[in-house]
Amino acid sequence: MDNIIEVKNVTFEYEDGEQKETVLNDFSLDIKRGSFTVVLGHNGSGKSTLAKLLNGLYKPTSGDISVDGISTADEKNEIEIKRRVGLVFQNPDNQLVASIVEEDVAFGPENLGHSPEAIRTEVDEALKAVDMYEFRKSTPHRLSGGQKQRVAIAGIIAMKPDCIVLDEPTAMLDPKGRAEIISTIKKLNRENGITVVLITHFMEEAVDADRVIVMDSGKIVADSTPKDIFSNIKLLKDVGLDVPQTTELLYRLKLGGMNISTDVISIEESAQKIYDAIHLEEI
Amino acid sequence: MLKDITFGQYFESNSFIHKLDPRTKMLLLIAVIVFIFVSQNAVALSLVALLIFVSMILSKVPLKMYLKNLKAILPIIIFTMIINLFYNASGDVILSFWKLTITTGSIYRALYMAARILLLIIASAELTYTTTPNDLTDAIEKLLSPLKFIGLKNAVHTLAMMMTIALRFIPTLIEETQKIMNAQKARGADLENGKLIERIKALIPILIPLLISSVRRAYELAEAMECRCYNGGEGRQRMKQLKYKSNDFTAFATVTIVCSAVVAINIIL
Repeated sequence: MDNIIEVKNVTFEYEDGEQKETVLNDFSLDIKRGSFTVVLGHNGSGKSTLAKLLNGLYKPTSGDISVDGISTADEKNEIEIKRRVGLVFQNPDNQLVASIVEEDVAFGPENLGHSPEAIRTEVDEALKAVDMYEFRKSTPHRLSGGQKQRVAIAGIIAMKPDCIVLDEPTAMLDPKGRAEIISTIKKLNRENGITVVLITHFMEEAVDADRVIVMDSGKIVADSTPKDIFSNIKLLKDVGLDVPQTTELLYRLKLGGMNISTDVISIEESAQKIYDAIHLEEI
Repeated sequence: MLKDITFGQYFESNSFIHKLDPRTKMLLLIAVIVFIFVSQNAVALSLVALLIFVSMILSKVPLKMYLKNLKAILPIIIFTMIINLFYNASGDVILSFWKLTITTGSIYRALYMAARILLLIIASAELTYTTTPNDLTDAIEKLLSPLKFIGLKNAVHTLAMMMTIALRFIPTLIEETQKIMNAQKARGADLENGKLIERIKALIPILIPLLISSVRRAYELAEAMECRCYNGGEGRQRMKQLKYKSNDFTAFATVTIVCSAVVAINIIL
């Protein structure tokens, strides 16, 4: 697998009045084509800045970011980079432009100047990909948060991106909406082969990722598989992440002296682990 | 309830009028308004009235909705009638007291003016009942597009984009206003009682948070639009293309015939 995005020694600073604030410092990261990467970090870890750097919305102060070998600093390719790397934000309300679902999804392809027939197909395919086709004539303010966010994702998918970066897409949603979005993202990754970079502070959302990156104050503090990361509860707690209740339970049991690993996240698996551990002790 | 405010006018149907191109409806409304004023006598005006009446039936919008609209405008109609009743002094005197006289001519005049206003309101209401705000925006963009030849290309696109975004955000902002009002009420704000000045003052703690959050929304929306490759009107295509169909030509032809008849009647009578 080759790399779709390469971040090399990037530093990003912004000026806050007189003071210079360094968000990312000598940051490097490669994203493999077709992969599903989750970036975990609490507020202020620089993860949102990273999202906006990946599609050229922000330009690095120093260092280089390239998408398919094209540098995001290259003004000529600005539109093309934004097409290839789609960015979905946290608040669906502030991303939707038109008051009819299908017209909103059409916004991206319309900007790219595709023919009306081509836009029609792209819009229909995108809406079907996020299971919102039946709502195409509806209006965003009648939809639930999860549905609105799916429309926002469709708006990005319609531009046929190679990669989508989602910046805390579930932060403003209820548990049902959150589940909808996560399953939509997984489907897009598996069935449509779109590279996914999911930025979040919910650990649960990282379970099915190929790779989990943990960020803290502008640096990568861990970069591994979900199992590996989840077995290191102490690190996650140190960087201020909320650990799921099941993992927390397993962690406490382990601290209390039970011979149990903490690398599972579903309730069923955890129950099985505890059951096995108790049986082992009895024998 | 408040949420539906922007869509309150539009009446969903699949009638002949609904299916007309929004540009057709807009242009024809302008023509009809002009000819309401061009008509110089009752015969000509009743011809225009007949045209509007037929289109009302074709629109399949319930008469009740038109009447609801007229109720709001009734004081203006009555006021105009009263003014006209005493203003025009031609014809036989029917009633005369103090310095005021009512003549047959003035009664005719008063009714005529009332009919004009009535027709204006009905015709304009019909456009909003049968056309969605989005279609109206598209029509305005298309109809104003010739302005690009005098160097106003971006202005037309920007205007249309602004209207689209405004329509999209009206329900969102109404929802937000409601939330802020509730939040302020929970803190003990009194929005319903007091003198007018006090009630206006009570609105300040609602308007300021609303303004700040709108600016924040605008900033986020701008970033999201940029991420969706928005680059102004340059090279932008539209998915929905407006196309005149045979129905539109029928409508144009009908209105043209009626308008020429109005001119003819004006000349003859």
